[in-house]
Amino acid sequence: MAHAATRAPRRSTGRPGVGRPGVAWALPGALFFVFFAVAPMVLVGALAFTDWDGIGTPSWTGMSNWSRLWDDPETHQAIWLSLVLTVLTWLFQTPLALLLGVWAAGRQRNRAVLSAIFFLPLLGSSVALALVWKSLLDPNFGLIADIGPALSFADGDLLGSSKGAFGAILFVTAWQFIPLHTLIYQGGARAIPRSLYDAAAIDGAGTVRQFFAITLPQLRNTIVTSSVIMVVGALTFFDTVLILTKGGPGTDTTIVPYLMYKNGFQAFDLGYASAVATILVVVATTVSLLLVRLTGFAAMRSTREGM
Amino acid sequence: MRIPRSRSTLRASTLAAAALLVGTALAGCGSGGPGGSDDGSLDVWVYQDASTKVQREVVERFNKTSDIKVTLTQVPGEGYSDKMRTSMGTPNAPDVFFNWGGGSISDFVEKDMLLDLDPVMAKDPELKKAFIPTILDAGAIDGKHYGIPMRGMQPVILFYNKDVFADAGAEPPKSWDDLLKLIDTFKDAGVTPFALAGTDAWTEQMWVEYLVDRYGGAGVFQKIVSEGMAAWDDPAVLKAAQTVKDLVGRGAFGKNYKSVNYTADGASTLFAKGKAAMHLMGSWEYANQKSNQPAFAKSGLGWTTFPAVPGGSGDPKSVVGNPTNYWSVNAKVKGDKQKAALEFVKFAAEQDYSKDLIANGDVPTTSDAAALLGEHENPDYARFQYELVEQAPDFTLSWDQALPAKYTPPLHTAVQKLFNGQLSPAGFVDALKGM
Repeated sequence: MAHAATRAPRRSTGRPGVGRPGVAWALPGALFFVFFAVAPMVLVGALAFTDWDGIGTPSWTGMSNWSRLWDDPETHQAIWLSLVLTVLTWLFQTPLALLLGVWAAGRQRNRAVLSAIFFLPLLGSSVALALVWKSLLDPNFGLIADIGPALSFADGDLLGSSKGAFGAILFVTAWQFIPLHTLIYQGGARAIPRSLYDAAAIDGAGTVRQFFAITLPQLRNTIVTSSVIMVVGALTFFDTVLILTKGGPGTDTTIVPYLMYKNGFQAFDLGYASAVATILVVVATTVSLLLVRLTGFAAMRSTREGM
Repeated sequence: MRIPRSRSTLRASTLAAAALLVGTALAGCGSGGPGGSDDGSLDVWVYQDASTKVQREVVERFNKTSDIKVTLTQVPGEGYSDKMRTSMGTPNAPDVFFNWGGGSISDFVEKDMLLDLDPVMAKDPELKKAFIPTILDAGAIDGKHYGIPMRGMQPVILFYNKDVFADAGAEPPKSWDDLLKLIDTFKDAGVTPFALAGTDAWTEQMWVEYLVDRYGGAGVFQKIVSEGMAAWDDPAVLKAAQTVKDLVGRGAFGKNYKSVNYTADGASTLFAKGKAAMHLMGSWEYANQKSNQPAFAKSGLGWTTFPAVPGGSGDPKSVVGNPTNYWSVNAKVKGDKQKAALEFVKFAAEQDYSKDLIANGDVPTTSDAAALLGEHENPDYARFQYELVEQAPDFTLSWDQALPAKYTPPLHTAVQKLFNGQLSPAGFVDALKGM
């Protein structure tokens, strides 16, 4: 009784940490979210049904932006390019980041130094990095003038060819973002208990077997996290494209975010740009939800089950 | 009853804090601007670059004589159009602002956001007479003037590298035939005939502009501006596109022009270093070379006019490019402030202003500037440019500035695809008609 008597008043003081926090605590965050994320998104959704050049009042045009989207070959090309870029980005970056991350998770001194150097691109801004790459890829004064012939671009005209420009974007973004994902994988790999490897070693498993039987399954959740970041990132790449290729040659590297910029801030056709933006939001959300769903990540199953 | 009270206090204070935040955010969107700010000053916006100095000086001079002071806002070049566009129609709009005339302000004119300057010029004929007529008119919309010229003239000029020409024993082209022969001469000498920054579609657009002008005259594009995109169907446009295809096929621009840039000085460096013999570019190329390759700008840089084309009906004296930049006045500026704004823009017509422009290396657009050109650091170049523009029967504003903003991206895409061979000449015309 004495015990219960001391507990009851304590609970009623409403001190933090006791009982569940009130809804009010979420209010500042929720308001920020509503004003700076939900409201603009709703506005963009609404603008997608208007014709607006950025000044004056938008006029309702119903479905006309959407039927234009449906018919516009440039939009179809942009959606296709975005999807190809996303898939290739994933295929290109994931295995490399995974292997590098697992390697960097080792504890030897040389690895720490090498990893630190390797993570340097993470520190630069995308714009600065893209500018550096742009001068390296200048056909007359850049590195590409010398190594172009080996890559079958005899005139160094890498950025002037459709495949070359697309490949350059794929490469530069990979160069820039693989370190981030390596860092994620390094963290994940370091969290795997040493005892699992010791046990496997006793059972006679070699390095390769250990990688496939222990490291990879243990990194399951890390792979999903990294993939979601990578896929959503690839769908929204913008600055690299703006600086490296300006969507060219022609429209051959005009991916969806760049198309949105072109329509919104070069053409000031904000209604149509909003329709493109809406598509992007829907596709990116769907893809990341699908990734989480299909991989069972949402269930939050621990990789330590049964341990 | 302590619990509910503390809870409700908390809730109330959170709400208050949130309301405050939202209130501040909203208040931030609605202050200042014409009519909104009563601090009695004029908000003047200018595109910021190396030439902004001239505007800073005029503001200083104006503020000494006027009760209503000018506050100059210098907007870094790259973001100028976006900022101007997004602020017009909000209370933060400038009172007087820099623009390119034509399409860059046509949407504002349509919504009655700019002050019509024709009554002002009718009252003050000296003001109208102060400027070269083609330049004043190039910024007009439907024959009405909304802008006072306020920077140097920027015609597109055919530049050539004197040393490369001397080595090849060649003369600058006087006719289209000369130009075609020079392409072969320089190809044989291992020099790219024309530097071209194909990453930036506006550099390629200059070629199409001149070719359309030479084949069909300035009327072809005037008709497009006044009648709409169907007017691209003019035979001169198709001829120009075929000529571009022919030039590309002959190797006039070399092989890797598609990844050469202008903004990072790719094309200009090729040209200055003698790897390319000629460069079709705006008159600012001189200032550009002067700051990056001073020795070349001084002794190696030559200039000439764009030649006539066989069978063309356009006047070969006509020029294309940016006649100049203009001051426009916000229609919301009224009363004494409007008087002061008009006084301010009239400073651009005065000789002191022209002298500042010349000292800066620009060529003024005032009709009495000829007498001042001797003070330019390169009088020959200044005189060539001034006479080129003064004698030109027509000065076609760059297409991407003349047409409303929504046409810029598709126009640039079509031009680039034509040069890349991704569009045939007929496909190019179709793409323009379909904009």
